[in-house]
Amino acid sequence: MNYFPEEVLEHVFDFLTSHRDRNAVSLVCKSWYSVERFSREKVFIGNCYAVNPERLIARFPRVRSLTLKGKPHFADFNLVPHDWGGYVYPWIEAMAKSGINLEELRLKRMVVSDESLELLAKSFPNFKSLVLVSCEGFTTDGLAAIASNCRFLRELDLQENEVDDRKGQWLSCFPDTCTSLVSLNFACLKGEVNVAALERLVARCRNLRSLRLNHAVPLDALQKILVQAPQLNDLGTGSFLHDPDSEAYCKLKNAIKKCKSIRSLSGFLDVNTRCLPAVYPICTNLTSLNLSYAPGIYSSELIKLICHCKKLERLWILDTIGDKGLGVVASTCKELQELRVFPSDLYDGVGNAAVTEEGLVAISAGCPKLNSLLYFCQQMTNAALITVAKNCPNFIRFRLCTLDPTIPDAVTNQPLDEGFGAIVQSCKGLKRLSVSGLLTDQVFLYIGMYAEQLEMLSIAFAGDSDKGMLYVLNGCKKLKKLEIRDSPFGNVALLADVGKYETMRSLWMSSCEVTYGACKTLAEKMPRLNVEIINEGEQIEASPDDRHRVEKMYLYRTLVGPRRDAPEFVWTL
Amino acid sequence: MEGCRQFLDLIPKEREWPVKRAEETSHGLSEEKKLELRLGPPGDDDWTIKHNNNSSQTTSRARDHESLLSFGYFSNSPCAQNPVLKSPWQQQTNPHFLHLPVKKESPHPSSNRAELHNSEKKAFSPAAPANTAVPNSSSAHKRTAPAPVVGWPPIRSFRKNLASGSSSKLASESGDVVQNKVSGQKPVDNGPKTLFVKINMDGIPIGRKVDLKAYNSYEKLSYAVDELFRGLLAAQSDSSARGIKDDEAGGKATGRLLDANGEYTLVYEDNEGDRMLVGDVPWHMFVSTVKRLRVLKSSELPTLYRGSKQGKLYLDASSRK
Repeated sequence: MNYFPEEVLEHVFDFLTSHRDRNAVSLVCKSWYSVERFSREKVFIGNCYAVNPERLIARFPRVRSLTLKGKPHFADFNLVPHDWGGYVYPWIEAMAKSGINLEELRLKRMVVSDESLELLAKSFPNFKSLVLVSCEGFTTDGLAAIASNCRFLRELDLQENEVDDRKGQWLSCFPDTCTSLVSLNFACLKGEVNVAALERLVARCRNLRSLRLNHAVPLDALQKILVQAPQLNDLGTGSFLHDPDSEAYCKLKNAIKKCKSIRSLSGFLDVNTRCLPAVYPICTNLTSLNLSYAPGIYSSELIKLICHCKKLERLWILDTIGDKGLGVVASTCKELQELRVFPSDLYDGVGNAAVTEEGLVAISAGCPKLNSLLYFCQQMTNAALITVAKNCPNFIRFRLCTLDPTIPDAVTNQPLDEGFGAIVQSCKGLKRLSVSGLLTDQVFLYIGMYAEQLEMLSIAFAGDSDKGMLYVLNGCKKLKKLEIRDSPFGNVALLADVGKYETMRSLWMSSCEVTYGACKTLAEKMPRLNVEIINEGEQIEASPDDRHRVEKMYLYRTLVGPRRDAPEFVWTL
Repeated sequence: MEGCRQFLDLIPKEREWPVKRAEETSHGLSEEKKLELRLGPPGDDDWTIKHNNNSSQTTSRARDHESLLSFGYFSNSPCAQNPVLKSPWQQQTNPHFLHLPVKKESPHPSSNRAELHNSEKKAFSPAAPANTAVPNSSSAHKRTAPAPVVGWPPIRSFRKNLASGSSSKLASESGDVVQNKVSGQKPVDNGPKTLFVKINMDGIPIGRKVDLKAYNSYEKLSYAVDELFRGLLAAQSDSSARGIKDDEAGGKATGRLLDANGEYTLVYEDNEGDRMLVGDVPWHMFVSTVKRLRVLKSSELPTLYRGSKQGKLYLDASSRK
């Protein structure tokens, strides 16, 4: 293809933003591969062990933005031992040594040490954006290093990380010359912050658009901050507790009214419901609302608030809202695209507050644009799911989680196979699916038959036999991630099509029926897979019996062979 | 409600689904199962009919399981050979069940499971034939869902800690108390002045809340908890089966929760979601990790946890701060 000079090709490729498109383009021919690799600035690595830093740097020397994901998804639910891996340090070290001009780093489920953060802060003079999701291993000292050294920092976004709060003054470490912040999210931090320093920081960062505070920032500080930053688009309140009859509260109400640009609201980590009306004025323009960190707000209050939110596109909420509340959402939020309903009270056995299939059906009837769902519910029925499938054929993500993982249809006591079958049949664009409830092999037959675009599937306590897993492996051509726990799938299913795993990012199987022998066989046949066995706490035998069941297996495709940082209890076969 | 009406109308009379075939197979299967599972408790026919909900002809596996298990408490139990263990906090009429929940991040996951299976087998000797009936499952069949299950429901620990609701600043009931505290305060605080945690007791449907910062030792806590529930217990039952009440004819609390021979035992749930015996760690450490408390009937615990260990605790409690 010598039609165009390279500069033209590069210019054309500039319009390709998705990494999948760029990957495709680089496969066309050698010259396209070459042009593409020198012009790629954003690199996405879905599994940090699939490649290594050296290969990244060799192929994409001009990388400026790196996204890395580490631990398998089930690590979020305590199924992966603490020091399994996923360290970011080697990546930062390698890029620093090679003079990469790193500007943005986005990490998910990785272990980030303070040393990594310090090295990051000192090695990349143009560093602008740090996004950490569900990471761990660092303290506020590391944040202090970032604040002190990154002169052009625009974004510091910490989402649901486990941070050791040293109660230091990391916020005060932003120098007075720092005026570049656009986005600051420290909602997950547990400790105190220097509120005065925060107020000054907000005052001087005139481009600040997104600010999410932690619970330690009290309401009167919020008021002062909002006065300084009425241009905010996205606000996460800290503590929302005050005497609603006080002057401070009154000032807050006025301050909020002036924030006409707020489109996204979250926080309310500690809340006095009588203070909620202060936000009503901004509700009319909200497109995103996250009240899922506020178990203290009762259904009636939630309903009152939501009645104002007619333009809502994204809603994250707790099941305290109840079916009735969801009915109100359905009749109010006609633009709703994404709904997540989280469980509020986990330990009382039968939840007092909970949602059922009724709420979901109501939502599906009222919100035809719904395309993404995460729904924790007390019970479900096939009839409801069939109705939902009819009402909302546009689902891209459908994750249903019954609080009792093997509960049958609440009315007929049948498995929920038919319901989920209806979903996959109707939603032709479905990319992500999580199933729960009583399920037989039948549901997997449906998934294999209909879920042609499915990329990620999560299975727990489901199926009867190897057939279930086989239906999925044979049928879902675009499958990238499969994670299974506590299901009776074994060696026959695992070994039926070993080549399939190279087309996928990863497979997780825990508490299933696969044995050591089968895993070894698989590892032998497929040298470009890492087949990891995680032995938690069991005696580490030198050579376990092949017939022994494997408790946890995680396999993934890789270009770089077994990883060298695996801990003792992880064996790569 | 509008939505509900639509819902009912939209249930198709004849399914568009290749459902008939599926129904037949499952029907066939469950027929087979029904026959085999009838080797269960006496009066089997009556059981299935009694617990039939809507479907008249289809006898689902689930319902058979339910009938088997109905002499226990469970309502929605799906599996025959591995009955769903609901939270042990609920009333259980079948004492053979494993009472300790599967701990999260248990160091011996497979041994836990083995324990479960053994106890289930003991409890369900009439159901033993059912084990062989279900196709393709070994006795190590993992479809049990004992509650609480490790990692279920699947939410991040960040949310779990919120949901357990021991934050002292939640002002959902009446904001007044907290407001008075907050409005006069400077922004920087040394930490919350109260730590209210929920406390429930076996046999009492309504829980209470205690402020752990009001105590500085296990003994004091034990007395306080005793007092809290004594009244409720007295009001609720006239039976002499309640150990604590027996002794308190005069209404004096004796704090027997940490006692070796007490009829009740105090346990707690920590910040990792694990259920722990109260009294093992120093008081301040306990306070920093406790999320909620529970008063259990001691008979429900394995003997390992009764007797000498607790006795020692009680004696040592006074030396802990």
